[in-house]
Amino acid sequence: MQKIIFKNKNIITVISATLISLSFMGHWILKDNFYSEFMLIIASVIGVLPIAIQAYQALKVKVVSIDVLVTIAVVAAFAIRNFEESAIVTFLFLFGSYLEKRTLNKTRKAIKELTEMAPETALKLTEDNKYIEVGIEEVTVGDMILVKTGAKVPVDGIVISGEGSVNEASITGESLPVSKSVDSKVYAGTILDNGTIAVNADRVGVDTTFGKIIELVVEAQDSKSEAERFIDRFSKYYTPLVLLVAFFVWLFTRNIELAITILVLGCPGALVIGVPVSNVAGIGNGARHGILLKGSEVIGYFSKVDTIIFDKTGTVTIGKPVVSETIYYGEKKESDLLYLASIERESDHPLANAILESIPLKNYIKVDKTEVIKGKGISAAINDDQILVGNYSLMKEYGINVTEEMIDDIERLELQGNSIVITVINNDIKIIVGVKDQIRDKVKEDIELLKRLKVKNLVMLSGDNQGTVDLVSKELDLTESHGNMLPEEKAEFVENRIENDEIVAFVGDGVNDSPSLALAHVGIAMGSGTDVAIETSDVVLMNSNFSKLPHALALTKATARNMKQNIVIALAVVFILVLGVMFSNIVSMSVGMLVHEASILVVILNGMRLLRFNMK
Amino acid sequence: MMTKKIFQMETISCPSCIAKIEGALKRLKGIKKYEVLFNSSRVKVEFDETVLSSKEIIDKIEKVGYTVLSEK
Repeated sequence: MQKIIFKNKNIITVISATLISLSFMGHWILKDNFYSEFMLIIASVIGVLPIAIQAYQALKVKVVSIDVLVTIAVVAAFAIRNFEESAIVTFLFLFGSYLEKRTLNKTRKAIKELTEMAPETALKLTEDNKYIEVGIEEVTVGDMILVKTGAKVPVDGIVISGEGSVNEASITGESLPVSKSVDSKVYAGTILDNGTIAVNADRVGVDTTFGKIIELVVEAQDSKSEAERFIDRFSKYYTPLVLLVAFFVWLFTRNIELAITILVLGCPGALVIGVPVSNVAGIGNGARHGILLKGSEVIGYFSKVDTIIFDKTGTVTIGKPVVSETIYYGEKKESDLLYLASIERESDHPLANAILESIPLKNYIKVDKTEVIKGKGISAAINDDQILVGNYSLMKEYGINVTEEMIDDIERLELQGNSIVITVINNDIKIIVGVKDQIRDKVKEDIELLKRLKVKNLVMLSGDNQGTVDLVSKELDLTESHGNMLPEEKAEFVENRIENDEIVAFVGDGVNDSPSLALAHVGIAMGSGTDVAIETSDVVLMNSNFSKLPHALALTKATARNMKQNIVIALAVVFILVLGVMFSNIVSMSVGMLVHEASILVVILNGMRLLRFNMK
Repeated sequence: MMTKKIFQMETISCPSCIAKIEGALKRLKGIKKYEVLFNSSRVKVEFDETVLSSKEIIDKIEKVGYTVLSEK
């Protein structure tokens, strides 16, 4: 019985509307009051049914819900034979909750779209060597999966055979197709635009990168700020309080109409719903733009940020340095380059990779006694030669003679933003290489936008030499920059700024900088879909896209503003209605219900604006 | 042993639904932690499986008028 009534709530709403209009027609056209009253009575009775059942269920678990207030009001109106009011109020309440549901679903749409992108089936290789379609929950790690053109990749894994191009927009936010062949990594939730590939499953379900992203966003939309928790607590006591007030008003004034009007006015709908609605729409907008915001606390902090601290390498710059100049001293010998390349091959330092790429060699020679001198370079031996490869302070440590000419060269290279790699063979400097990292596209414009969004301090930190850091800083017009910093010094720097009462955001690549990311009020990871980045930070910019940063900041500002607007709207409506009841008699029970439902719709529609928010 | 479960509900659209579901869960014996998530329409619970089964939890939620779509 209950279920039938709930299922047909919409039909009940329509019937109720029809009866009410029939009744008014009866009143005005037929001038038959008995007939019109009869219609209103039926409308009231069927209209109040679903509300009363909900009220009963609430009371059973000792909760005074809005349904309880409305049911009492309707029953009381019925008792004093005010059938018009009881019918209209029930109709408005039902119609209002229908609209609420519709519009709320719209605000939740962005996030729902994301979760619906999760793959549901997979073509799995069975024991008798055939691919059959199975539900995604039947796929386990190690299974061989076939993906055909147009299908979704159902797991994270490695391509074993075949080739094709994949749209990875769901993971990276970048819709340009990426070509995949044997040994390429593919991700769940991405779409194979053309080709056919067989994939060995590494991770399945919620363990996949896409699964983690979805979980994160789904969790984020319900994370609550302090203010929201306060509103929740408040509303728990608010409805019983309204009931009490209405009761005392009736007790002292004996005015039932006034008392039931207060009951209806007291419904706290817009206040409770306003903030979550802004939250879900804001996070939804971010998800669509490749920005993952982990909840409303993050929105609160980020919208008020004073200081944004950037890591240089991999954040402001691409993080893939290239050799810009190679200077030889003395006689230029091919073997010197061979020595340099052979030693750099032993290292996984980004500078070493850059140098290796600039020296096209096929064969290397054997290196002995390799020793890494942390933060300075490498010392090694090849055949009978002693070799050092490293920076200027390595030269000082080993007491290598650096000529005027070399110092001039080093200074010039540093001024141009190069990192220096010096090669010493048997105590003579033979080669100096300048290696430079490229600044990401459009970073300058993005920094400009951040300034316009009223960020006071834009600071860059780097482990590179001060010359390089200053140069980048000047080019980008940052407010501050510091070089020669170790990861723990960066974290210390973040801590100092926080103690200085600044709200600090740290933007880093999420791997080396996790202490700083964790310390800052807002840790922003440039994630190209890496798990560490997703887990340790508060905000993830998908595909390491720096240009999402201004949008992210503007979005959190808009979302925070939207929440405030909704709170103001909700409070103002209650305030005006209360004034209306106290000082005039325009506000009846049905007017109160109308305004109440309208205010809920207004806050939802206001929240929905955030879905369309765009910076430009 | 404490067990954690997440129930996916039909769309929750009224704020007082949350209070109702919470009210229903509060009175269950063996429940340790519960949280009703409005936007994702989920109920998260932590409970003692020797005292309470997830079916009992679902029954309780459905009794106050909300359909549980799936559990995990």
